[in-house]
Order: sequence, then C-alpha cells, then structure tokens
Amino acid sequence: MAGSTQAGSVGLVNTQTVRLFGADVPLELAQGGTLGPVDVAYETYGTLSPAADNAVFVCHALTGDAHAAGFHEGAKRPGWWDNLIGPGKPLDTDRFFVVSANLIGGCQGSTGPSSTNPATGSAYGLDFPVLMMSDLVNVHRALMRHLGISRLLAALGGSLGGMQVLQWGLDHPDEIANALVIAASSRLTAQNIAFSAVARRAIMTDPNFADGRYAEAGVNPDTGLSIARMMAHITYLSEDALTEKFGRKPHPSRSHPGFGVDFAVESYLDHQGQVFLERFDALSYLYLTRVMDYFDAFASPDALAKISVHPVNWLVLSFASDWRFGTDHSRRIVRNLEHAGQPVTFREIPSAWGHDSFLLEVEPYHQTLRAFFDRALAEVTA
Amino acid sequence: MNLRPDLELLAGLIPAQSRVLDLGCSSGALLAHLMAAKNCRGTGVEIDPDAVLAAIAAGVPVIELDIDSELHDFADHSYDVVVLSRTIQTIHRPFEVLQEMGRIADRLIVSVPNFGYWRHRLRLLRGRMPMSREIPHAWYDTPNLRHTTLVELEELFDRLGLTVERRIVLSPAGTPLPSGNRFANVVAGSAVYALRSNHTD
Repeated sequence: MAGSTQAGSVGLVNTQTVRLFGADVPLELAQGGTLGPVDVAYETYGTLSPAADNAVFVCHALTGDAHAAGFHEGAKRPGWWDNLIGPGKPLDTDRFFVVSANLIGGCQGSTGPSSTNPATGSAYGLDFPVLMMSDLVNVHRALMRHLGISRLLAALGGSLGGMQVLQWGLDHPDEIANALVIAASSRLTAQNIAFSAVARRAIMTDPNFADGRYAEAGVNPDTGLSIARMMAHITYLSEDALTEKFGRKPHPSRSHPGFGVDFAVESYLDHQGQVFLERFDALSYLYLTRVMDYFDAFASPDALAKISVHPVNWLVLSFASDWRFGTDHSRRIVRNLEHAGQPVTFREIPSAWGHDSFLLEVEPYHQTLRAFFDRALAEVTA
Repeated sequence: MNLRPDLELLAGLIPAQSRVLDLGCSSGALLAHLMAAKNCRGTGVEIDPDAVLAAIAAGVPVIELDIDSELHDFADHSYDVVVLSRTIQTIHRPFEVLQEMGRIADRLIVSVPNFGYWRHRLRLLRGRMPMSREIPHAWYDTPNLRHTTLVELEELFDRLGLTVERRIVLSPAGTPLPSGNRFANVVAGSAVYALRSNHTD
C-alpha cells in the first residue's frame, strides 16, 4: 500500500487506457455494424492473485467513470466509490483485485460519440452507433481478457452498473461466479423512459447542440445538458432527503419573491447542473440513457437458458426510499432469477437517501456487501 | 458440522439433492447443512436483519420477504420441499401460508410448539398463560401470535388436503417420544410433521 494518503485508501492511482478493438478487428455491435478502434480507460486496485481468482469488476452508472477509488495526483476528492473500495473496506483491496472501466459511449477516456471517427477524421457526433447493454458488456469482457482474467470472482454495479452485471451474468454465466445487482432494473418503466426523454429533449433542442456537431462549432449545449442533469438529480434523491437537506429554506441572497434562485434547493440544483458541464458530454448522455431505455433483460424467451445450465450466485439489493429503480424493480429481477433456480439473495436496505444510497456508506448495505464478498472469497480459497 | 438437534431431525426428513425452501430460515443453519452434507440446493426466507446477514455469511441464498403476504413470488411446484420450522405460531395467516406451501412444493415439513402440553394446561387452570422451555415468553412480549395444539393443527392440515406422512413427537426437552403415543397432545412439548400436499391438478 505504498503511497497511501490516508488509512483505508488505495492511495494515489492513475487511469490507464488500452485499445481493445482495432480498426481491423472492430467490436461487433448488437444492432449490427461495428465500432473500431475502441479504447477503454480503466483503473485497477489491489493485486491479482497468481490463480487470477480474486478479480472483481466494478461497472459504473450513467455518469460515472473509471476512477472509482483512491486519489488522482493533486486531487482533493477520491474516486466515486472510495467508501467501498480500499484496504479493510468491504471490497478489501488487500485481498481483492478490483477493475473499474469507463463505459464506451461515455466521455471519460473510453471511445464515445465525441471520439474521432476514423472514416471522417472528425468527431462521430450522432454518427456514433446506438449501443445496447450487451455491447458495453462485451467491451468489459475484452478488458478482462486483456488483464489475464478468464473468470471473475464477482461483478458489481449500481443502477446502470447493475444492469450491465445482470446482462453479463445472463449472457456469460461461466465468466462470473458472483453477480451483485444494486438499485438496478431489468427493464425501465414508462415513467423511467419519460424522464430520460425529457432530458434528451432538453439537450437536443438547445440551439448549441447543433445536430451533435457542437464541438466542431466550438459551442456546447450547456443549457440543455444542465437541465437534463437537474431533473435527473431530483430522481436520484428521495423527497425526505430533499426535505432534510433544504426544506423550504430561502436562498441567502433572496430579497423579495421573483423568478431567480429564491429557494436553497434551486441553488443546489443549479450547482449540480453547472458542475456536471465540466465533466460530462451531451452526446454521451443521449447514448447511455438510450442503452437503459432499450434494456429488457428477460425479454428474450431464452434469456434464462444459460444460467439454468451454469448458475451464478446473485445478490440483488434495493433501497427502501429509491423511487428511480425502487424495490419493485429489484423484486422483478429476483423473481426471474429465482424461477430459473438460481441461488439468489435479496435485501431491501432501509435508507432515507433514495436512489443515490448505492453510492453512500449505509451501514446495513456495506455489511451485506462485506458478508457477500467475504463468503465469495472464502469459497475460492477453501 | 454441529447442527442443533431439532434441525438435525428436520434434515433427516429431507432427501438428498432436494431443492429446499426454508421459510423463517434464521441464520441458514439447516440449509447450510443440507447444501454441504446432502448436496441440496435451496433458498431461505428471513426478515430479521441480523439473521439475514448471518445466512449470507454462511453462503446460504436468502430472500428478505414477508412470509405472510409475499409467498406468491415463488412459482408452483418450484421446490421439492418447503420447511416451516418453529415459525407457524408467529405468522398472521397460517391458513394461507400452509396453502401457499402446498402450492410451491409437494413435500412440507412443519415443526410447532404444542400449546396443549399438560404443563401449559396446568398453568391455565391456575389462571396463568402457558409458559415453558418451548414457549418461554410472557404474554406481553411473545412473538407467538397463533396458539395451536397438535390436535387442532392436524384438523387444519386435513382441511387443507395435507396428508401427514410422518409425525415425530418430541418431549419438552426435545427428545423424540415413541410414535403412536395416544397422549401426544398432552405430553408433547413440540412436534415435527412431514406432510404431502394432494394436488388436484
């Protein structure tokens, strides 16, 4: 643990990039067509065991990135899942080898719609192919092979991350011993899709969207993207969480009723929208939300065929106050897996913080993950 | 592996390689034993958070749900055996739960404390609620909601079309009493039933 900057931290980390598919041998896409080259940004924490049997793959959610734990040079804030990953933490890097990769279609180092299209020499824009969940999974699998791992001890993800884990487990159960699907869904409801539709409309009707060629035009659909984020952010928190944080508190600079930022919650959302612009790309938002819209894990009549032959140990978790992908979503996953004879564990974690709970250090949640990971490792080391 | 004697008894009634659903599985000791020693597969159902954690640590698949109202999540005939061990007295709707169990599996194993045990009767005669080693709680803090004697429980089994294939009557200390005891309803502290559900379909 050389370089640790604090107890329980993996310390200083770097994001690496690898070309997993060249232009000559491109990624075959679920919807037909190909994508190449495909570069993937990733980080690893801990040490891969000589038998390569302690690897845990972390799949990030809609706006996550490869930087899940530790600190980048000079950074004050750690990676987005630092409370889970590190020495002595539930995903204990003294014992597990953890891999975290940025999604393709994203914008934090992996190939996405803002990458250069080799056919034109300029950014793909809306010429980037529409991706499906299995495309994301196939790129993860290529990274796994690149790292010399033929079977994961576990794959883990929350929200869109959990959907990747679900798809991966169903399609390639021989590659995953344990699958952790947290605050996720097997298919979005009309309400879920509706929220995404409004977000996309905000982005695409921003004049600066310029049919997706905003980078060439030297502009950015800031207004649309920040509105998309503001709205999505509301769905990530419970009503109680917003009440506790802000209640009806006025914004400090409010003088008389008007149409500015009058309430504290408005200022908070404004801030969320603004900081999002610094780290996220509007086209990636379109592509990755569409991946979720089309996801329907159990739709195919043979969706459960492979796990029936090759069972996976599943852990499905929901949070009581999550109304984005609430307990009903998780229970549907559990029902389908259980009916297929899978060993499946399910808990609804009491938490007041809504969908975002999966990123927080909620005690019964982390206890559950710790117990599940410890048991998973004990089974391979036994 | 050291299994509690009452669980050992239940395990003996479950054939090897069965798929077992254990309702109120506590920390998963029975299923862990069946998985390790009898090559069974299974699922536990539990609602107590500490017990659920212990079951996960023991490698037992466990689903948090309410036995009273959510057993419909399990498919018809999806298990070989359903176990309800020392739990029937704590549920709100034993009639419906037993019915659901008969839908989920053909074989049922139910263990119950016997409220008809003579010491309980004696306490009632003296104007006091039954208390014993099997039922150690005072009336105001007991988890037990439904009090049945063996005779009345067997009437319910009959009504539900559940055939008693085997009944093991236990002394208050938990040791099996000779089968065919005419005074079981008086001398038994508890009993274990192996039942078969008679499907009309």
